[in-house]
Amino acid sequence: MTKTPLTNSGFYSESPRSGVLGWLLSTDHKRIGMMYLGCITTMFIVAAVLGLAMRLQLFTPGQHIMTAQTYNATFTVHGIIMIFLFIIPSIPAAFGNLLLPIQIGARDVFFPKLNLLSWYLYISGAILAILAIFTGTGAPDTGWTFYVPFSTQTSTNVSLAAMAAFMLGFSSILTGINFVTTIHRLRAEGMGWGRLPLFVWTLYATAWIQVLATPMLGITLVLVMLERFFGAGLFDVASGGDPILFQHLFWIYSHPAVYIMILPAMGVISEIIPTFSRKPLFGYWAMAISSLAIAFAGSLVWAHHMYASGMSDFAILVFSLLTFIVAIPSAIKIFNWISTLYKGSIQLGPPMLYALAFILQFAIGGLGGLALGAAAADIHLHDTTFVVGHFHYTMFGGTGFAFFAALHYWLPKFTGRMYNHKIAFIAWGLLFVGFNVTYMAMQAVGIQGMPRRYYDYLPEFQTLNMVATLGSWVLAAGLIMMFANLLKGMLNGKLIGMNPWGGATLEWQVPSPPPMLNFGKEDPVVTRGPYDYKGVKADEF
Amino acid sequence: MSFEHRDDTGDRFGMWLFLYTEVILFSGLFILYAIALITYPQEYITASNKLNIWFGGANTVVLLTSSLTIALAITAIQRNQIRLCINLCVATIGLAIVFLINKYFEWSHEISLGIYPASETLRDMGPGVTSFFNLYYFTAGLHGLHVLIGATLITVVAVMVAKGKVTSDRYVLLENSALYWHLVDLVWIFLFPLYYLII
Repeated sequence: MTKTPLTNSGFYSESPRSGVLGWLLSTDHKRIGMMYLGCITTMFIVAAVLGLAMRLQLFTPGQHIMTAQTYNATFTVHGIIMIFLFIIPSIPAAFGNLLLPIQIGARDVFFPKLNLLSWYLYISGAILAILAIFTGTGAPDTGWTFYVPFSTQTSTNVSLAAMAAFMLGFSSILTGINFVTTIHRLRAEGMGWGRLPLFVWTLYATAWIQVLATPMLGITLVLVMLERFFGAGLFDVASGGDPILFQHLFWIYSHPAVYIMILPAMGVISEIIPTFSRKPLFGYWAMAISSLAIAFAGSLVWAHHMYASGMSDFAILVFSLLTFIVAIPSAIKIFNWISTLYKGSIQLGPPMLYALAFILQFAIGGLGGLALGAAAADIHLHDTTFVVGHFHYTMFGGTGFAFFAALHYWLPKFTGRMYNHKIAFIAWGLLFVGFNVTYMAMQAVGIQGMPRRYYDYLPEFQTLNMVATLGSWVLAAGLIMMFANLLKGMLNGKLIGMNPWGGATLEWQVPSPPPMLNFGKEDPVVTRGPYDYKGVKADEF
Repeated sequence: MSFEHRDDTGDRFGMWLFLYTEVILFSGLFILYAIALITYPQEYITASNKLNIWFGGANTVVLLTSSLTIALAITAIQRNQIRLCINLCVATIGLAIVFLINKYFEWSHEISLGIYPASETLRDMGPGVTSFFNLYYFTAGLHGLHVLIGATLITVVAVMVAKGKVTSDRYVLLENSALYWHLVDLVWIFLFPLYYLII
């Protein structure tokens, strides 16, 4: 029984076209979601290897495995791939596609063909990004932020990388438009706004940011390319431009983008915690509204990246205050997750462990963010590895772990097979320990004054850098174990029923893997809330 | 096994969302313009006077008229006057081409004067004038690209009308193309005074 091939059921077997074209031309949201998942995971592994290589270079002072120029290119490519090809599309494009229609009782997204186009734009962006590394005059070395004037003057392959990011932005915009329209127009009968699963709420908030902020990145990158091709000089002081304006335009998108990254992750956690506590989510509306509040307030804080770039003290004060305001809805979420756990019947399944790690790590990252948001502290911490540590606590410890949680929670649903739980526990342990050792050491050495983006450092920073590199090896071991376990589970794990975890949202009421068009001939009618666990039982597996 | 669903309101809703993204795309350039105008008020007047207001004025009339023809095309298809609808679409496309030809002559003239991004002449005129013309070329260029895209879109829809794929009871595609065309028009309505009319 366990040897039945994966392709035998659900949306794997039903398709108007057979073979590879059945995937490449499919407009089915689950197939597109699985294709995203495959590409995104591959990109994550590539960029993670680059990250490990950087840690190896920083093991001791001096030049070992890479030169300064290689190191610059490595952190740039690591950043571009991780940000634009992994974190931004990770949960919204992969799991959003897989789950959003099912969770609201729809048969597909509103614009299925546009959805496929988004995927092709993603792939084109990925190919361009990879070409940028291996062709032309060398891999880009500007950092993922493409700051002018360096990005308009360096001889490396910045134009191609900027073009890649532009395409990926376009892909992200189309996904955003699709999701907002889907949530407005395709909710099943009985699926009122008050019955949307929190994951859908966070995708909704995310999609709005994608629609409203991403075009700003598009125009900024276009201007960088024009400056390189035609000497447009819009950011060049000699031509009457202003390089600071580049930073403003860039962060007007790129700060909201971190909420594109974190909000869906919060949605994943809001699904997993109630299911594994067997208790309705505490403060449903507070959670829903705080998602929108984060999206809104998060769009007004971009200049806190620029305290050291040159800005009036008054502007710094305003942006500092606004930054602190974002902490309020974020804290509401943390408190509500913990209140959901309180007196719940907690089951420590693998997804739950990742969710709990998320809460701890995101809280640490969030508090570090306040230290950076305060102008006085930021002057000391700006451009140190503390910033790198903070960013990884929120993005890797937060979104990354939420992505892993989502993999452990929903992958069985879409493959119909369960992975090995014991190995999942061990992998989680390694990841948790490895992650915290690596990035806590990075934060600590940052407070001591080690600058970021340097391939070499003073001897007094050596101990903590060694600790961080050792941590990165534990992290790598955890990643290998986790992915191997998931892959093995996908291919020949135990078959599972509809509802292995006892979830109450709609995706647990359809077969695993779900059929084409998700529901049978009758459209679903929703009669209960997403966290109403009365009478819901988990299937044995 | 296909599942047919039709929801014109949803289609329009999606288009409106897309139009927001276009507005924000252009707004980046408007921000740069605003800051530069504050920094170099005098130079911007000097530079603006170098532009030929007749070219700009003619193009404004052309685009406004094309917005009218495409709006009439929608009314025509609602009344099932297919031939008229196609003619109006063709008129819109014609006006778009007139706009681009006009733009071509305007730019050729300016380029012949040595005014184009990164030119020697422009550099001698100082940073304020340079920034005006850089923004002028790239904003109008981006707008011109949108004219091209919009005209292509309307061409495709006109063919679909002729083939009977867009009909009097299913014309949301024409409506959405018209919305896009109105946006192209609207952006120009802001560009025209900002570049040609500042004194």
